[in-house]
Parts: sequence; structure tokens; C-alpha cells
Amino acid sequence: MDFVTPQFQPAFPEIVLLGSLCVVLIADLFVDGERRTLTWLLAVLSLLATAGVLYMAGFTETTFTFSGSYVADPLGSVLKLFAVLSMLLVFVYAREYLQSQGIERGEFYVLSLFALLGIMVMVSAASLLTMYMGLEILSLSLYALVAFDRDSAVSAESAMKYFVLGAIASGVLLYGISLVYGTLGSVQFADLAEALRRTDGNDLGFWFGLSFLVAGIAFKFGAVPFHMWIPDVYHGARTPVTLLIGTAPKIASFALAIRVLVDGLGDLHAVWQDMLVVLAVGSIVVGNLAALAQTNLKRMLAYSTIAHVGFILMGILAGTSEGYRAALFYTLTYVLMSGGAFAMILLLAQRGQESDEIDDFRGLNRRSPWFAAMMACFMFGLAGIPPWVGFWGKLNVISAVLNAGTGPLYLTLAIIMVVFSVIGAFYYLRVLKVIYFDAPGSSEPIRKPVDFRWVLSANALAVLLLGCFPGLLLRLCNSVIA
Amino acid sequence: MIEYMLSILIWLPTIGGLAVLFLGSGDRSDSSSAGWGAPLALGISVLTLALCWPLVAGFDNSIADMQFVERTPWIGAFNVYYHLGIDGLSLPLIVLTAFVTPLVIIAGWNVITRSPAQYFGAFLILEGLMIGVFCALDGMLFYVFWEAMLVPMFIIIGVWGGTRRVYATIKFFLYTFLGSVFMLVSLIYLYLESGSYSLLEFHSLPIGMTAQTLIFLSFLFAFAVKVPMWPVHTWLPDAHVEAPTGGSVILAAIMLKMGGYGFVRLSLPITPDASQSLAWLMITLSLIAVVYIGFVALVQKDMKKLIAYSSIAHMGFVTLGFFLLWPILAQTGSTDGAALGVGGGMVQMVSHGLVSGAMFFCVGVMYDRMHTREIADYGGVVNTMPHFAAFMVLFAMANAGLPGTSGFVGEFMVILSAFKANFWYAFLAATTLILGAAYTLWMVKRVVFGDVANEQVAALTDLNGREYFVLGVLAIAVLLVGVWPDPLVEMMAASVENLVSQVSQSKL
Repeated sequence: MDFVTPQFQPAFPEIVLLGSLCVVLIADLFVDGERRTLTWLLAVLSLLATAGVLYMAGFTETTFTFSGSYVADPLGSVLKLFAVLSMLLVFVYAREYLQSQGIERGEFYVLSLFALLGIMVMVSAASLLTMYMGLEILSLSLYALVAFDRDSAVSAESAMKYFVLGAIASGVLLYGISLVYGTLGSVQFADLAEALRRTDGNDLGFWFGLSFLVAGIAFKFGAVPFHMWIPDVYHGARTPVTLLIGTAPKIASFALAIRVLVDGLGDLHAVWQDMLVVLAVGSIVVGNLAALAQTNLKRMLAYSTIAHVGFILMGILAGTSEGYRAALFYTLTYVLMSGGAFAMILLLAQRGQESDEIDDFRGLNRRSPWFAAMMACFMFGLAGIPPWVGFWGKLNVISAVLNAGTGPLYLTLAIIMVVFSVIGAFYYLRVLKVIYFDAPGSSEPIRKPVDFRWVLSANALAVLLLGCFPGLLLRLCNSVIA
Repeated sequence: MIEYMLSILIWLPTIGGLAVLFLGSGDRSDSSSAGWGAPLALGISVLTLALCWPLVAGFDNSIADMQFVERTPWIGAFNVYYHLGIDGLSLPLIVLTAFVTPLVIIAGWNVITRSPAQYFGAFLILEGLMIGVFCALDGMLFYVFWEAMLVPMFIIIGVWGGTRRVYATIKFFLYTFLGSVFMLVSLIYLYLESGSYSLLEFHSLPIGMTAQTLIFLSFLFAFAVKVPMWPVHTWLPDAHVEAPTGGSVILAAIMLKMGGYGFVRLSLPITPDASQSLAWLMITLSLIAVVYIGFVALVQKDMKKLIAYSSIAHMGFVTLGFFLLWPILAQTGSTDGAALGVGGGMVQMVSHGLVSGAMFFCVGVMYDRMHTREIADYGGVVNTMPHFAAFMVLFAMANAGLPGTSGFVGEFMVILSAFKANFWYAFLAATTLILGAAYTLWMVKRVVFGDVANEQVAALTDLNGREYFVLGVLAIAVLLVGVWPDPLVEMMAASVENLVSQVSQSKL
């Protein structure tokens, strides 16, 4: 058998990222002292370089490489670009916090870049094994990041939980992969789709494999009933890490679901739809109800993440390209909004003090009307009130679900979504109540570096402006999912 | 320029309001100067009112079509258009909105000491969004304005409200939000059926009976909460009592009208057959609001609560007038009688906007001096505030529907048309003339007349120039509509007739 050098070009963004992150890793060894300005700069530069390569590669072609187990396509490029962008936000938001807490170490940036690499590999996966490899790169980096503040018992505890549960989930996923491989004889999505067309997949082993795959995906998403790790990890990790976990990995989870369920097992839509219905409804119900009871903002946002994941799954379970587009739009806008909301927690963290209780936001409007308005943008956006962008995400998903087919199921799902949106609005309003209606607990002015303030403001205004003019992003989502 | 008039009316206050938010912030300890916010806000709101003039002058009463239409694509992916236009049903409400807002700003001039710029900015944004609701001809645009409107009101009640403001404002927000999400589902359904969100296309879209009924009920939920109709009215007394004076005025004068407007713009023309088959329900609920809530108002001890309940009773007249359409058509077969009821409902909306707004201003005037709204804390106000007492009595009479005031016109039209439908409808509706007089005048008697009740009342000072102006302007408007309603009725006549003929065609 002849050895053919594979085409490396479709993986060029990943190669650039990997190369530059090695540079960051080595350069950091030569940085002395508390501050890691050089490391930070290099990390940001490598993000920019990756983004530039992605942008130049364009958004039109679909190319397979590495014997069909790796794909570069428009959907992948858009997802990767947004993942890079959200990582850029993380770096800008995290820096000052890490410095003031005395935990700014080069590893934070390196591990984050590794996580991003994992995300990009997952997004580009065209076979179950590539997918699994990307997932492990991502997960292992995240485990380490959660435990990043090694002196904190809370962080160590939640890292342990995350690791044990995550390892089990990875095992489940791998077991599912092997069952699917055993029954269908391939791990590549294209071949799986082909094999299913031949055999109808009517095989007990395959059903088990499919169930395990869905369970693994649900765990990575944090969908009910595989959501137990989310609140503890979000709460226990230092806020910049929570910010990271809450944003870019959602894009990876979305890619995981689309690649496996739609690209690979799309013909079995009727089968996995039932499972997703249970997961989605469970997530929306449990997430919203549990969030009502939280007093800690990180925990509240963690439960709200679960609820939002339910919405993303609703879009996927519709099983139409309209539904996938809706889920994509929802994922991207959710990342934008939740990233901003976590950054607000960082904004209030001053001089080594965490401010992640909802009560810490008391009277923010008196301390800084501008940032109070920014927080209002994020909260109204997450609650799905027009004209903020979260509304269009919800509208898109509800519209797709109603259009997916006739029958009481879809109408019931739509009603569940709107009713729980109202219930969900309550806890976001409670945050605003604290900000606008209560007297301030401290009169300390808010001091943050210029870049932090500008980027946060831009982030919030993007949530508002994308809500006023959602057409561009909607068109983008429509163009990458045929 | 005139073709972009509606856009200007929407965005001038909205963007102006944002500017006011940024120009001034922080608290004002001395009440001598209002800072930058208030004059700027007043200027913008007066300019908005002035810009209504070309709208009214350029409006053609004789045609029922949409006028001043603007239509540009907004969101291609959903086929959503930025589609504005007005007819005789929306124009009076737009003018009412532009008329009340400057008064609210004047009324809050020196009274609001905490973050005044945010207060005035919020009202301006609210004004723009409310005008947007009345102009929108695209379902999604309508919904966006409809929901976005909740945000400034939420802030207004929550920041500048009374002691239980947090409870009241969250209840207000969630109640109305819950009502409107069902409307959203219906709008999406209509979009999937027709391929666009255009309300005008919805009007001519044939829909089956089951779907019509479901759509009607979902619209009903959204609008009934807003109107509010019994039994989903419970948010209103709370919101009214806790809101600052300006908030109560806008709530009563404009926001409640959104519900009534929704019925004539969406429910009736989109689901005529369901409206017909459920007219009995609507009439029953309206009569319950008129009679039962009238009795409830009678026993209130808090002035604002009393006026809030009287608002519910009066808005019952509005929905009664709209849905009497079917029994009248069935009884007489003539569309003229039906148009009388719908027109009466519309006039009642405008009149109630003026009268209830004025009543809340009156309570605000007293509250600013005494810091209590309990009727029992007052008595003999006429002795110390004779000018104020004169205004208060005038507005109370208008609230009770005295001929010569605006309150009479709408109620009379609705009762008259009720007689054509069914004697008992008319009989029950007419009880409002007694009940309305009873609760309003009894309150006035206890508050205004009699001996001076206590030292605080004895120390009251009469109206200052600012308050004089606000109440005077409202009094002129109330009397003008009362003695010369023709221009108002004519403005709406063609659109009302068009509506009636439109809904009398089955869409099955």
C-alpha cells in the first residue's frame, strides 16, 4: 500500500494554533515575576493569528482530509471563528482578575489555548475517533483549569467531581463509539450514514451504542439528567474559568451533536428525537425551576445554562435544517450573552474579593449606571425579552419546532418553551431588582482596566444591536447549514 | 419628511430618551434645579406632540386604508418588515400618547429627586415604544414594541415606586409577559401559515375554526391582561398603587389602551369567527368588570386603588362595546349599530385616558403634600385647596360619566348600542352610571368636602403653577371631547366601519 502524504491544508488553523501555543508555552518559561504580560500578549496574538487563518480560508468550500476523518466546511469555520472570538473575550476579561488574585500563571493561557484546540478538532471531526480525541483535549484542559487555583479547597473539590463524572461520560461515549463501530463497521460519519441506509440500523447492539452516544453528548452539554456537574463546577471554579467553561465549550457541544446526530445518524432522526425531547424538556423545566432558588449568581447562571441547553436541543430535535440553524443561532448568541454575564461578576470582583453573590450587585445602578445598564442588557438578553438578541434565538427555535411537523407534540413543546421563558424571566428580573431597586452595599467606585471596560461595553451593546438588527447573523447561520 | 413621520414619532422620543439617560445621572438633593435631564426631556416630548400636528392635518378621515405607510425589509430570514402605518383606530391613541407624556414630565419636574434623568429618560423611551405599538403593521414589529415597553415601566415602578414596589413591578412584568408569550406562539403560527408577519395579510388569511379559537384565546390572554379584564386584573391595583404618579398616569392613560387596541387590530379582524362564537364570553367578562369591579371600587380605602378599580370597570365598557358587535349584527343585521358600539369603545378609550390620567394626577398632587393615599387621612381639602378641589370635582364628574364631559360620550354610545343588542346588557351596563357616580363622588365627598380633618390638611397649600397647568390642560381636553366629540368620532368613523364590515365576513 502506497503511503500518500495527507493534505494538511484543511487543518491549517489548528496547526497554527498548536504551533503558536507551543511558542507561548516555551516563552512563558522565560518570563519572570508576577506579571505575565508577555504570555498574555503572545496568547492573544496566537488567537488573532488563528482567527486570521480561519478568515482567510473562507467560508465556502468543504474539504475532507486524513482519510476522511477530518473536515473543513463552512459550518466548522464559523463555529471555530466564534470559539476563537469567545476565547479572546475570556483572555481580556480574565487578566486583571488573575493578577489581583495573585494567580496569573502562564498555564492559564496555555491550557485555555489547548482547550480551544480541542474545540476546533471537535468542530472539524468527521469521524467518531477524531471527535473523541478533540473531546479529550478539551476535557483534560478543563479539568486542570478548574483546579487551577490549587490552594483553594473548593476548586480542588469541584475539579475532582468534574474529572470523575467527565471521565465516566467519556467512557460512556467511547463505549457507544465502539458499539456503533462493532455493528456498523465504521467510525466515519459519512460511512455511518451510508451503512444505516443499507441496514436500517435495526440491531440491539447499535441501539445501545446510539443511547450511549446521546448520553455522552447530553453530559457534555449538561442536559438534564446529566447536569449534576454543572452547578458545582461553575460555582467551584474561579470566575475566569467559569467564564471559559460557560462559553466556548458550548460551541463544541453543539458541533458534537450536529456532527454525530445529524451528519452521522441523521436517518435515525425519529429515534434520537424522542431521547432529545426528554433531555430538552427536562433541561428547560429543571434548569429554570432550580435557578429560581439560587442566591449565588454563578450557580444561578449555571442552572440557567441548563435551561438554555434545553432550547438548543429543542432546535436540534426539530430535525429540520431550520431547526439546526435555530440551534446554531441560539448557541452563538448564548455564548455572547453568558460570557458577558460572567464578565460582570469579574467586574465587581475587587481587591481579591469574589463578588459572585446576587446581593453583591446591590445598588449597582448608583455606583455605575453604565455598567448597570450593561448587566440589564445581558439579563434581558438571557431572559429573551425583545429587542435583545436572546429573543430572536428563542423565536427562531420556537418557530422551527412549530414548523417541524404537525401534531400535538410540537405545539406542546412550544408551549413549554414559552411558559418556562416566563418562569425564567423571574430570576433574571431578580438580579435587575437588586441592581436597580436596592440601596448599594458598598460605594466603592468600579476600577477596571480600559480594555476590560471597553470590551465589556462592546459585548453588551452587541447583545442589544444584534437584537435590533439580527438579519446579518441569521443570514450567516442560514448560509452555513444547507 | 412627511412620509417618515411615523418613524420620527417613534424614534425621536426613544433616542431622545437614551440621550437624556446619558446626559444626567446621580441624585439631586436640592429641588431647586431639575438638572439637564428634565428640560431636555420636556423639549423632546413637546416636539413630539407638535409633530403630531402634521399627522392629524395630513390624515384623510374619509378612507379606511393605512396612511403614512412605511415599509422596508427588516429581517429577511423571517420575512419581517419594518412596516408602519396608521388608520383612524390608531391615530387618536398616538395623539393621546404624545399629549399625556409632556404632562407626565411636567408633573415630575421637581418631585422626582432620585436619578431624575433616568426617570425622564425612561418615560421618553416608553413614549416612543408605545407609539410604535400603535403604528406597527408587522406582527413581529408589533410584538417587539409590545414587549420592549415592559422594560421602562418595570424600571419606573421599581425605582420610583412606593413601599411594595418590588412585588408590584415584578408581578406587573411577569403577568403581562406571560400573557403575551401566547400571542407570540399565535403570531408564529400565522407566519407559518401565511409566510409573512404582515398584520394586513393576517387579516385576509383564511383560518379554520379550531385554529381561530386557539388563536383568539391566546390573543385574549395577552390583551385581557393588558386591558385588564376580570379575572386577570389583579396586577393592576398593585402596579397602580405602587407606581409613582407619572407611572400610574401612563399605565392608566396609555398602557391599558394597548389591550383594547389589540382587540381591534388583531383579535377581531384575524379571528372574526372565533370572536363571534366567543362573544358571549367577552360580553359576560365585560359586564362582570363593569358591575362587580364597580362594587369592589366602592369599598376601597386607598384613593389610587379606587381609581385603579374604576379603570377596570371603565375598560369593561371598551371591550363590551367591541364585542356587542355580534349580538347587534344578529339582532338588527345593520352594521351601523355595530359601528356605534365599536366607535363607543374607541371614544371611551380616549376619554378614559384623559380622565383616569387626570384623576391620578389629582391623587399625586395630594400625595406629594401629605404622603398618604388613604381616604381616611383626608377631609375638607376644599377649605385649604379650593382651586384643586374644583379640578378634582370636575374630573370626578367626568369619571362618573356626567354629560358635557368626555366620560359621557363613550359610555352613552356603548349603552345605546347595547340596547340594540339586548335589554339586559344595556341594563347592566347602565348600572355603571350609578356605581361610577357612587364610588367616585363618595370618595370626593370624603376627601374634598366636609370639615378640615386634621392639622396636615389644614396646612395644605393650593396648586402651584406647574400643577395648575397640567390639570388645566387636562380639564380643557376633557371638556372639549365632552362637548364637541365630532372630530374624534369622525376621525375614526371610516376605519370603524371598515373594521365592522371586515369582521362580519366569515374567514372559514
